[in-house]
Amino acid sequence: MASPDAGVDRLIQAEYQQGFVTDIESDTLPPGLDEDVIRAISLRKQEPDWMLQKRLEAYRRWLLMSEPQWASLHHPPIDFQAISYFSSPKKGEGPKSLDEVDPELLATYEKLGIPLDEQKALAGVAVDAVFDSVSVATTFRQTLAEAGVIFCAMSEAVREYPELIQRYLGSVVPPQDNFFAALNGAVFSDGTFVYVPKGVRCPMELSTYFRINEANTGQFERTLIVAEEGSQVSYLEGCTAPMRDENQLHAAVVELVALDDATIKYSTVQNWYPGDSQGRGGIYNFVTKRGDCRGARSRISWTQVETGSAITWKYPSCILRGRDSVGEFYSVALTKGRQQADTGTKMIHIGENTRSTIVSKGISAMEGSNAYRGLVRIAGKAENARNHTQCDSLLIGDRCAAHTFPYIEVKNPTAQVEHEATTSKVSEDQLFYCRQRGLSQEDAVSMIINGFCKEVFKELPMEFAVEAQKLLAVSLEGAVG
Amino acid sequence: MLSIEGLRVEVEGKEILKGLDLEVNAGEVHAIMGPNGSGKSTLAHVLAGREGYQISGGKLRYLGLDLQELEIEERAHAGIFLAMQYPVELPGVNNMIFLREALNAIRRARGEPEIDALGFMKQVRDKARELNLDEKLLKRSVNAGFSGGEKKRNEVLQMAMLAPKLAILDETDSGLDIDALRIVADGVNLLRSPERALILVTHYQRLLDYIQPDRVHVLAAGRIVRSGGRELALELEEKGYGWLSEEAAA
Ligand SMILES: Nc1ncnc2c1ncn2[C@@H]1O[C@H](COP(=O)(O)OP(=O)(O)O)[C@@H](O)[C@H]1O
Ligand SMILES: [Mg+2]
Repeated sequence: MASPDAGVDRLIQAEYQQGFVTDIESDTLPPGLDEDVIRAISLRKQEPDWMLQKRLEAYRRWLLMSEPQWASLHHPPIDFQAISYFSSPKKGEGPKSLDEVDPELLATYEKLGIPLDEQKALAGVAVDAVFDSVSVATTFRQTLAEAGVIFCAMSEAVREYPELIQRYLGSVVPPQDNFFAALNGAVFSDGTFVYVPKGVRCPMELSTYFRINEANTGQFERTLIVAEEGSQVSYLEGCTAPMRDENQLHAAVVELVALDDATIKYSTVQNWYPGDSQGRGGIYNFVTKRGDCRGARSRISWTQVETGSAITWKYPSCILRGRDSVGEFYSVALTKGRQQADTGTKMIHIGENTRSTIVSKGISAMEGSNAYRGLVRIAGKAENARNHTQCDSLLIGDRCAAHTFPYIEVKNPTAQVEHEATTSKVSEDQLFYCRQRGLSQEDAVSMIINGFCKEVFKELPMEFAVEAQKLLAVSLEGAVG
Repeated sequence: MLSIEGLRVEVEGKEILKGLDLEVNAGEVHAIMGPNGSGKSTLAHVLAGREGYQISGGKLRYLGLDLQELEIEERAHAGIFLAMQYPVELPGVNNMIFLREALNAIRRARGEPEIDALGFMKQVRDKARELNLDEKLLKRSVNAGFSGGEKKRNEVLQMAMLAPKLAILDETDSGLDIDALRIVADGVNLLRSPERALILVTHYQRLLDYIQPDRVHVLAAGRIVRSGGRELALELEEKGYGWLSEEAAA
């Protein structure tokens, strides 16, 4: 009997036999996924052949996998053949003006103080005005170039830096890792590449915001950050404004590689459109994020504030391979309305004296459902590994839910693993107290929530932290009755 | 300033206040005494507008306003302050920032400019010192891990900073040792002014050794059963509440 693996290999190595018919001139490929589609994507992006082969390999893996069912999430089945896997933005698609956009979304933009032009862009309304950020981006790029830092679109990197991409892309999250990672490996549209050379401390926070004009291909993003020996970089992803997107399914992959003594700090504010009050039209966000602390004394820190999407499935992880390496995960996840989040982290301790810290804050309001799922694994050779996990849930009202699923696997007796979990409610006593002192109900809730999230917010870069606080306040408006 | 007429209040279908009358004028200090469970905190909460109390009869007027028309925070903006019997903890919410936000919310509601941050800090520190409240507590989360006495002094600090027109202190004296009691009393006495009225809710008369009330009322079985001057408090100290409750029941 042939082992299943042999079957996989045969498929992967099989040469593609059929004709190639897709019209590469069209802006959008017809729905559906097959090898033609992948070839078309690769061709559109003028990719070298090795990249196409990587994509096909991922695709063949994906065909043999099935969608994971273990998460605490409920959604109608996704028809992967009904999705179009490549579309460059076309004028005239989407809303013609802000009048056609969900008024609640617009109200949120107002409250966040987003300028009109940006509101239009975020809501998907065609704009002719060019962002201020484009000129900012140019100066930005110059400063980085002087420091030797590469910060560019993934499709550009595939063409310009093939050695680096071949060496590192898929080295942390290989296609066979999981269903969504395989899908992403096959069809990823674009994303960001960052390379920080040896000993360089990146002169500024890198933010995707500066690439917003290129970022309308966010459906299957691929991000790779490589920090060479002794280098340091802080990367900010996302934007506090809720982004509308015609693409319901998002399956991004983020890979981080930290070599000896390198530090990568990756901060995310995720605020995709959660759908209307019935949960219609919301985004399904299935993300694979993983950092590899490959070098000794390297450090990777994930900080995330998740308030958007209809469904979030996301476990930023650290593989602590280098001795004395450090992994951190700080998370705030808010679910309200019909939102569901299943998020957490994995800390895989392989090297000696590796340390990890997990601070997870889940907030559920209305009918929101929030699950923390965390794995701490201490491998047999990881002498003196340490983990501390703090996992707190805050409930607002009594229709919401919070669940905690900690998985701990310890194969080395010298390990120290601590797990603390709490669940609390925003109490009527607290609200009465705050309001008696003159605060409005909404300000009171936002103050209590910000207090609850403080340990995570202090990990965010200052400006982001202020925005994140505002975002939580706005997101919770009307969620407390 | 405050006029309560025939107030009837139910909690979960049980009548707690059964026709309570009380008049408080600006500049006066009133003490409300009574046995446990007589409805003192209920009265304090109803004045502050807390939900969960059913007002089934009577009138509540404050500075010409019908209190029942006002939300909790609107009453605070109008100058009502309640020092709580059980101050609640707000984990992660910085004590000083909380107080500043509260003060600014009140000022905004009154159309006044927000307070200058540095001036505010100095004022809070000075007040904290007067109340012998460790400055470290200003930097901690509101009431989180505070001792009973620290919580009560923190309430008085908030009261001093928010400078209310009508302050209700619900058993602010209980759980304080004699030194703390004296400090709290000094803090309260500093707030006495011709424009301001104070209602001291207390179980013991000893607070009244330090704060001289203009009027003393006894609340029993949901009503004010006796009102008098300071001597009434002493009489209660001597005889206890038993005789009054019997009288009320009769
Ligand atoms: N939330 C509540 N639910 C049910 N009963 C209550 C509630 N609050 C107060 N009571 C009842 O109302 C009565 C008066 O209580 P309270 O006003 O706290 O008295 P005091 O402050 O004088 O000790 C008591 O019998 C108490 O059990
Ligand atoms: Mg009481």
